[in-house]
Amino acid sequence: MTSNRPAIIRDALGIGIATGAYALSFGAISTTAGLSVLQTCALSVLMFTGASQFAFVGIVGAGGNVWAGVATAALLGTRNALYGLRLSSLLNATGLRRFAASHFVIDETTAMAIARQTPAESRLAFWATALILFSLWNLGTLIGALATEALPDPRVLGFDAAPPAAFLALLAPRLRAREPIAIALGAALVALIFLPFIPTGVPLLIVAGLVVLIGLRPSR
Amino acid sequence: MIWASVLVASAACYAIKVAGLSLPQRYLQDPRIQRTVPFLPIALLAALIATQTFSTGHQLTLDVRAAALAVALAAVLLRAPFLVVVAAGAATAALLRLAL
Repeated sequence: MTSNRPAIIRDALGIGIATGAYALSFGAISTTAGLSVLQTCALSVLMFTGASQFAFVGIVGAGGNVWAGVATAALLGTRNALYGLRLSSLLNATGLRRFAASHFVIDETTAMAIARQTPAESRLAFWATALILFSLWNLGTLIGALATEALPDPRVLGFDAAPPAAFLALLAPRLRAREPIAIALGAALVALIFLPFIPTGVPLLIVAGLVVLIGLRPSR
Repeated sequence: MIWASVLVASAACYAIKVAGLSLPQRYLQDPRIQRTVPFLPIALLAALIATQTFSTGHQLTLDVRAAALAVALAAVLLRAPFLVVVAAGAATAALLRLAL
């Protein structure tokens, strides 16, 4: 435990700095999409789950129904529940501590915690990553949002075209097998087929519904 | 309206996280849930990429954003860091708009 402590903190700093840079682009994309600096920062403090935040501002900024944005953010956040189920025995957090820990259950903290050998190391990795990442994520968001707001027209820098690139960077690590690639292509096609006929953002909910129907079908 | 949706969406995402740390472990063992939940972000991210690249309002369109996506894809395949992928996509759109 003591010998691994510096390595755990170093890893947490590394992933925190990387996501801090990623938060810069969230701040920039969110304010370009039309959210205020305060709304942008509120999302990073309160929602604190990257893919959901990007999707939310992407849909709201594209003039979509805000409640379709809410539903998509929540659906993208469902994986955090699976992470929590895996972490609960490691963290052993009860009472108020559990409600505090919950806010930090995301991709990065889960990956760092479950990679460790002992529960004590897992707990250290979880909390170190959580606190460093939360700080830098919010700092990055604020800087990105303020810098973009200071620009006369952020569209000149192409920030309005950046969300799909951000989604792609989030999606790529999940496409390591044939089945997820097929699902991604199918989902893209279904969304485009429905897009001309229904309110903006709603094609995403149809896609999510189909995934649930396919996933929950009785196994043979 | 935006503020209300920011708060509701944040509350929903937090409730989902609390549920994960609070629900009994047996939910984790259900193979259908194991299979379905990881598919959701894949399908939703892919659908977001498609709709935000190839449409304007309710019309399917092909413009500089498709080129921006192609450059971002190249950056992803070269294992570029997140910020570089986003910047490459944005810069492609900006430069093409200047050129066209």
